[in-house]
Amino acid sequence: MERRTIFPGKLLPMLLIAPQLALTFVFFLWPAARAVGEAVTATNAFGTSTIFVGIDNFTALFADSQYWSSVWRTLVFCASVSLIAMVLGMLFANFTDRNLRGKNWYRTFLIWPYAVAPALSAVVWVFMADPQIGVIGRYLGPNWNYGLNGAQAMGLVIAACAWKQVSYNFIFYLAALQAIPRSLVEAATLDGARGLTRFRTIVWPLLWPTTMFLLVVNLVYAAFDTFGAIYALTGGGPAGATETLVVKVYEDGYIGNDIGGSAAQSVALMVLVVALVSLQFRFLNRRVQS
Amino acid sequence: MATLELQSLTKNFGATSVLKSLDLTLASGEMLVIVGASGCGKSTLLRLVAGLESPSSGRIILEGEDITNRDPSKRDIAMVFQNYALYPHMTVAQNMGYALKLRGETKEEIAHKVAETAKLLGLGELLTRRPGQLSGGQRQRVAMGRAIVREPKLFLFDEPLSNLDAKLRVTMRAEIRRLQQRLGITSLYVTHDQVEAMTMADRLIVMEAGRASQIATPMEIFEKPANLFVAQFIGSPAMNILQPAEAAFANIPANAVIGIRPEHVALDDNGLELLIDLVEPLGAETLIYGTLPSGQRLTLRRPGGPPGVSTLRVSFPQDALHIFDTTSGMRL
Repeated sequence: MERRTIFPGKLLPMLLIAPQLALTFVFFLWPAARAVGEAVTATNAFGTSTIFVGIDNFTALFADSQYWSSVWRTLVFCASVSLIAMVLGMLFANFTDRNLRGKNWYRTFLIWPYAVAPALSAVVWVFMADPQIGVIGRYLGPNWNYGLNGAQAMGLVIAACAWKQVSYNFIFYLAALQAIPRSLVEAATLDGARGLTRFRTIVWPLLWPTTMFLLVVNLVYAAFDTFGAIYALTGGGPAGATETLVVKVYEDGYIGNDIGGSAAQSVALMVLVVALVSLQFRFLNRRVQS
Repeated sequence: MATLELQSLTKNFGATSVLKSLDLTLASGEMLVIVGASGCGKSTLLRLVAGLESPSSGRIILEGEDITNRDPSKRDIAMVFQNYALYPHMTVAQNMGYALKLRGETKEEIAHKVAETAKLLGLGELLTRRPGQLSGGQRQRVAMGRAIVREPKLFLFDEPLSNLDAKLRVTMRAEIRRLQQRLGITSLYVTHDQVEAMTMADRLIVMEAGRASQIATPMEIFEKPANLFVAQFIGSPAMNILQPAEAAFANIPANAVIGIRPEHVALDDNGLELLIDLVEPLGAETLIYGTLPSGQRLTLRRPGGPPGVSTLRVSFPQDALHIFDTTSGMRL
């Protein structure tokens, strides 16, 4: 169904879209342009002189082994967060798609983590995982210290970031499950399919468009929206073990004061976002068509 | 094909009783049509037999085996759904072969059976298409094919024709009946359409509020409706129900109402005067609506065109009358 309102004249329509355009300009286009500008310049440590250096920042970046290890770390982190969050989201959605007693409560509680601010959720995880005072961490023995052990730190940030995203995936999977006509599942049952077989042959293929959509959303989330949680939990440490690309942008730019190099990283990230989002739009379009 | 027996089958949803102790036996190869208004429990009955709902009490016996608590996937029952419920991500061939594949039949066996069934239903050209690329009638056929190819013990039809347009419905109706008879499939067929019910059934159950009002052959039900509900539900236009106030009725017991089908009302120069207020010519016949002197409404069905008059004189032949008890509604 197409719903369209045609406004007369030009002034009113322009006024109506002006706020959104202003927001986009001030918070997206302008900073992006500044980032591109800074990526091709070098500023001295005191900020007193800026010179044009062309693509030097990028060549330096791509030659830096630390950058590539951060890229690799980010890939592992994104894949783990997306996988865990999507699997759990789908699992919970499947549970509550049935007629359980109190399923409305269950659903409400599952959606809550999404409403918690990233830094606050990190604080909650610290309270749980801290080796000395954490309600769980203190029982995990002397070898548990995510402040010293890089693998443990990575595990912790993955858990914390995935936890927040489970809600989102849950909502989408639940909606997708409820959009599957009940008679389809019943027909499959009468055809002799049960449990996992039925899920694998009927439900899962019908969830596939949702899965593709969520995969892109989750990758984007894990890559770009997890700065707050990681920074509050581990600050990128120990020894850079949880330094994903967004954390590195911050570290290099604000702590390391390498504005040009940091801006070059931002631009590289920006290209990645554009790629991921265009991928997402292609899936979205396909979903609308089918 | 198999026999089906339902023993005092009952279903309650909470405090609501949807099906009230139904007993029923289907002979092998029989087509039993369940007809009734919406909410009368006819779909629930079907779902109970399929195992998609579990009965509150009673037993379901298929081919001598008690399947009351058996998982629906193991009952060997096929169902044709109202919305067809075809798997949208599979081709027609895959849709039809799905159950066979789950049963572990070989690819060659499946391909052979699917091709044979497709030929039977005229689906040969469509085997590689997906349900989204088919018309309503074609989807209906695929749904039938998916059920037939399994050679199940029992067929269930849940209003399979109600999503088709009127013309297609008439063709498919005949086609389903032909297939059913040819393959000798024991079938339970739910519909709210009384023409479908009359034309397709070996026997008919008329259901009212969770109870079987009457179980008999279509003609028995038409000629001797067991109660007022059945009398008015089967037959179109519905049977006239008259209070015996008219002087024209003799030998009618007290506390009785009289039913007479519109086509049985006779024209009679010595009869009661009917004041006509609406005439509907249908071509081969004409429906005439009017009012009797007592103020009661009467419908007539006459062969030929409109009568061209504003009043008619009518009488009610004694042997065409159905007499029902006023309080119980039962036939007397």
